[in-house]
Amino acid sequence: MSIAIDLTTIWAFIIAFAVFVYVVMDGFDLGLGILFPLFPQKTDRDVIMNTVAPVWDGNETWLVLGGGGMMAAFPLAYAVLMPALYTPMIAMLLGLVFRGVAFEFRWRTQKARNKWDIAFTGGSLLATVAQGIALGAILQGIHVEGRHYAGGWWDWLTPFSILTGVSLVIGYALLGATWLVLKTEGGLRERAYVLSWVLLIAMLGAIGAVSIATPFLAVQYTQRWFAWPNIILTAPVPIAVAAVTALLLRALSNRNDVQPFFLSLALFALSYAGLGISMYPYIVPQSITIWQAAAPENSQIFMLFGVSILIPLILGYTAWAYWVFRGKVRPGHGYH
Amino acid sequence: MFEGWDAVALARAQFAFTMSFHIVFPAFSIGLASYLAVLEALWLITRREVYINLFKYWLKIFAVAFGMGVVSGIVMSYQFGTNWSAFADKTGPVIGPLMAYEVLTAFFLEAGFLGVMLFGLERVGPRLHFVATLMVAIGTLISAFWILSANSWMQTPAGHAINADGQFVAADWLKLIFNPSFPYRLVHMVLAAYLTTSLVVGAVGAWHLLRDQHLAGPRVMFSMAMWMATLVAPLQILAGDQHGLNTLEHQPAKVMAMEGHFQSHPNGAPLVLFGWPDERDAKVKYAIEVPKLSSLILKHSLDAPLAGLDTVPRENWPPVPITFWAFRVMVGLGFLIMGLGLLSLLMRVRGMMYQSALLHRFAVAMGPAGFIAVLAGWITTETGRQPFTVYGLLRTADSVSPLAAPAVGSSLIAFIIVYFAVFTAGVIYILRLMAQPPQPGERGPATDLPARAAGITPAAGAAAVEGAR
Repeated sequence: MSIAIDLTTIWAFIIAFAVFVYVVMDGFDLGLGILFPLFPQKTDRDVIMNTVAPVWDGNETWLVLGGGGMMAAFPLAYAVLMPALYTPMIAMLLGLVFRGVAFEFRWRTQKARNKWDIAFTGGSLLATVAQGIALGAILQGIHVEGRHYAGGWWDWLTPFSILTGVSLVIGYALLGATWLVLKTEGGLRERAYVLSWVLLIAMLGAIGAVSIATPFLAVQYTQRWFAWPNIILTAPVPIAVAAVTALLLRALSNRNDVQPFFLSLALFALSYAGLGISMYPYIVPQSITIWQAAAPENSQIFMLFGVSILIPLILGYTAWAYWVFRGKVRPGHGYH
Repeated sequence: MFEGWDAVALARAQFAFTMSFHIVFPAFSIGLASYLAVLEALWLITRREVYINLFKYWLKIFAVAFGMGVVSGIVMSYQFGTNWSAFADKTGPVIGPLMAYEVLTAFFLEAGFLGVMLFGLERVGPRLHFVATLMVAIGTLISAFWILSANSWMQTPAGHAINADGQFVAADWLKLIFNPSFPYRLVHMVLAAYLTTSLVVGAVGAWHLLRDQHLAGPRVMFSMAMWMATLVAPLQILAGDQHGLNTLEHQPAKVMAMEGHFQSHPNGAPLVLFGWPDERDAKVKYAIEVPKLSSLILKHSLDAPLAGLDTVPRENWPPVPITFWAFRVMVGLGFLIMGLGLLSLLMRVRGMMYQSALLHRFAVAMGPAGFIAVLAGWITTETGRQPFTVYGLLRTADSVSPLAAPAVGSSLIAFIIVYFAVFTAGVIYILRLMAQPPQPGERGPATDLPARAAGITPAAGAAAVEGAR
């Protein structure tokens, strides 16, 4: 059994990794959709779109890996969580449809371009809120009986899940703004700097609010974070958040174009680690642990074989694609 | 809108609806990605400008179609969990890994190289760009491999065991992946994708040839597409026949429904050409039959006995009329496609390929035929698998999520509204792109995109491409 336990923990980390890569990669490009209305000029919008057009599709593939991988490695958790999060999941998928097609459609029409810009923003916002709500709904606990979800189809909607929904909108918008600082120039970058300031402060507020609210959801979370000796392991998380924030503030004041985006990612990574600390070893908090949900060992081994070869390869050629389209994106530099 | 439907029927309707919309795009992009790779290879070898123009022309269409395939595909990967959670729990350990491998080996490959394929020609140079195109094309084929393996396992499960929690688990991965119907289904579907694309390419070529017989681009694409139809349509009919024999062996009830055989025929079964299958009376009304032909096709003997649905308990019958009619639509279109291929061959031999308005009109009319045939084929095989999700082992009614009908009904309505709005617009944009003939110096997708990497000036990039021609 010791092998099975190790494999399951490895798989928990692999799925967590896939979801995290999704969050950081699609996070900034959903963030751009959220910020779109603040950049009404066509040239600015074209540039913003072009900063992600070559890579958005790869970014969303991590979402498919997160979902498909979860069905493969933790089928019970997938089977319980998806019906529990039914409405947010459907909303997220529909949002992703709107924003995904907007990347291509807005270049194919003059008349309806504005309409697809609205679809881009609306879809991005809907998908983000839905993801944030789903996160909150998972954290606050899900009603399980036997191997099935046993709650109603509105259980996900609570003040806490709305808080996490709003928080994620702020977080993705911050990633989007710092991405624009990295990838653009001139007036567009100036506005992105201003937005980064505002959104960073809002993001700190959101992290604070969620951190304060989470321990009230369940005793388990409180003990996990504050009981001795756990606190030795958990205390570095808020300290690191403070340190990254300080660096981020400095980078924004020094007008360093590169650092803010990566420091924002670090802020996300720390918040994500915090979530992991709260949830582990549950995959459906308070009812199903990763071991209860795990697929049989031979499924785990079969996939681990592929993952250990393919994920490094995927990261390699994804990095290459980003490298090909590196540097600042400028308006009107087509080859026509 | 769906009063009186239970959650199972609604979940089935939702899967059928979202899947039918989705399959159209991969069927097209599998074929088109390969076609683009061929065009770019021909350009690299011959340096004829017509090939790169055609490449860029179809690349724009590919970009729109691929985007729609991606977003409708993400929906599919979550349908199993949202609407079919009992199925996901029970089959996750076997279906999940197949889909995870599809993501890892295919989706990432396609997505990772798509950006370079669409926007990167000036940035990476023609050779590396061709590698990117090739990777996308290979990715679409790998994707077909895994998803058809998963689907075939649901049709003809093999290589599995059942554990204490009632889950299917793998006993032998090779047997599971290469289950009995998989090779047939894979060949049949990939050929279908190639035919579908060739019919679209042929129709667009023919459309422009009807206006001007001398356009270089439309001539080349029309000729290439008609070669594909001529050569592959007969192969496809052969593959379909073999697939049918395989189905007869493993899913006899499906073939009974396809053939409309309610009764057993101990002395040779007739081929029902047309008719109305009536499930209540267990007979095909108004049937037009050819005696003993069905036994000849399925058993290669006029007098071979064939069992009918009277040997299958009623609760295990697939919906007969849908299976029966979808099958006829597919087969009918298959023969029409072969007819187009043969006519084009005749005109080619007589030197009338680019002049025959009859051939061009026929080709234009057949433009959507591949899509309809693909949909009809999938409806045949999926409806014919009912009332099971995993054939003979897991009933559809035992596969659904514990959701109330209103939840599934409202999400179905949302999907219908959004898909019609979004994909209608996408199809209109594609048709608009097709309405223009390819031009000399054709532009690629999203011409506003800055084609400038750090250190490489646009002029140098353009010069590199010019030099490469």
